[in-house]
Amino acid sequence: MALLASAGYPILRYITPPKGTESAATSVVAAKVGELARNSGKIFKFGDKPGILINDLSGELSAFNAVCTHLNCTVQYDPEAKCIWCACHNGRFDLKGRVISGPPPRPLEKYNVNIRGEDIVVSKSV
Amino acid sequence: MFQKAYNWFDERYGISDFKDTFAKKTVPIHKHFIWYYFGGITLFLLFVQIATGILLLFYYKPTAAEAYESVKFITTKVEFGWLIRSVHSWSANLMALSAFTHLFSAFFLKSYRPPRELTWVTGVGLIGIVMGLGFTGYLLPWNELSFFATKVGTQIAGSVPVVGSYLRTILRGGEEISDATITRFFALHVMVLPICTAALLGLHLVMVQLQGMSEPISVADNPDKKTMKFFPNFFLRDLVVWLLVLGGLLMLSVMFPWELGRKADPFMPTPLGIKPEWYFLWMFQTLKYLPAKILLFDGEVVGILGFGAAGIALVIVPFLDIWSRKGKRNPLLSIAGILAILYILLMTYLAYFGPQK
Repeated sequence: MALLASAGYPILRYITPPKGTESAATSVVAAKVGELARNSGKIFKFGDKPGILINDLSGELSAFNAVCTHLNCTVQYDPEAKCIWCACHNGRFDLKGRVISGPPPRPLEKYNVNIRGEDIVVSKSV
Repeated sequence: MFQKAYNWFDERYGISDFKDTFAKKTVPIHKHFIWYYFGGITLFLLFVQIATGILLLFYYKPTAAEAYESVKFITTKVEFGWLIRSVHSWSANLMALSAFTHLFSAFFLKSYRPPRELTWVTGVGLIGIVMGLGFTGYLLPWNELSFFATKVGTQIAGSVPVVGSYLRTILRGGEEISDATITRFFALHVMVLPICTAALLGLHLVMVQLQGMSEPISVADNPDKKTMKFFPNFFLRDLVVWLLVLGGLLMLSVMFPWELGRKADPFMPTPLGIKPEWYFLWMFQTLKYLPAKILLFDGEVVGILGFGAAGIALVIVPFLDIWSRKGKRNPLLSIAGILAILYILLMTYLAYFGPQK
């Protein structure tokens, strides 16, 4: 038993990926001002995760972590239903990131959106 | 010449003993006889998988940057590359179908009853490995469909209570599906799982050889039962069935070459119609219908625990079925099996043809 444990432990540690590979990005330029038409959305790269920037009908910008809280699929903006939609299991979120319907158990993580010059900057609340 | 070679080996290794064992082996003849072919068909398709898999290794490159391009190269530039890949993909699916048919036929014929409990347990283990091979192989072309299906699949593993998060990290090689994931899946697909298959399949086949073929309860009690010699009678029939399967496999591979799809882009929204391999679909669809919360727990956690419980129940079927242990028939487990199959078929149908949005 001890022999098995002494052989198994290094193997278990070996297959555990080293920590610190995740990007520590806290803000990113998600788009240029005017790039996004009203009632549309855009997926952008936030570190190693996808984020979603939405320009709603009234021209208000909002951004969220685009990883669905159900099973990790990447959500998209549905311009017909005017909500955020996940194609995997039909989960729907409103434009505040709250769950409207479907299986997602939690709201989407909301990001801050600021305009700096020509850039739309999205940042995480620290 | 052949006799000389035979004698040479027999003097050294006593191969006559093996021959005698084969010569004594018989196969019961009864109205459910046809189901005996499915174990052999699964084995044959496994050989096809190994052969075509080795050929694919000559060109395949297991990195996120090159995997898709290398499969594209195989299918568009390498002579008969499209055929080798198509045969590999089709035979993988047919092998899963044949393995499930073999499992369900053994279930309904109650072949798991004593003394064959461990033959059943190793068989269920092999089904698990077949599913693992399908899951890991699905990602290797690094296309859109497989990328997101793997994302969902590994997240499902991540929902397992207590160890889920660690399990997901180990499977993905990090937090996200990335280069590290494809390397790991490749290692699992071409080394770890095939070695496990060889070990478990070896045990399974040795048990079948030692204990012989199982007979249904109705046949076991019949004093006038008929049998057929395994070698050469049943073996030759097996070969004919394998030839038919090979014909069907080649026809499917040529008429419906396996599609490559679009290259995965981790920073694109998940497209509509994302699906795992067909034998995972019923679970995928079930998770669609579960509400966000069931009592205090997340819906998917309850679903995953349910799938786990179903898997454990399947493994211990021989020990649950106390009636067949005594050689008695009891329809309860068969009814449960039929209901399970109907549920799987319904969920699979809904995943393909039900409303997508």
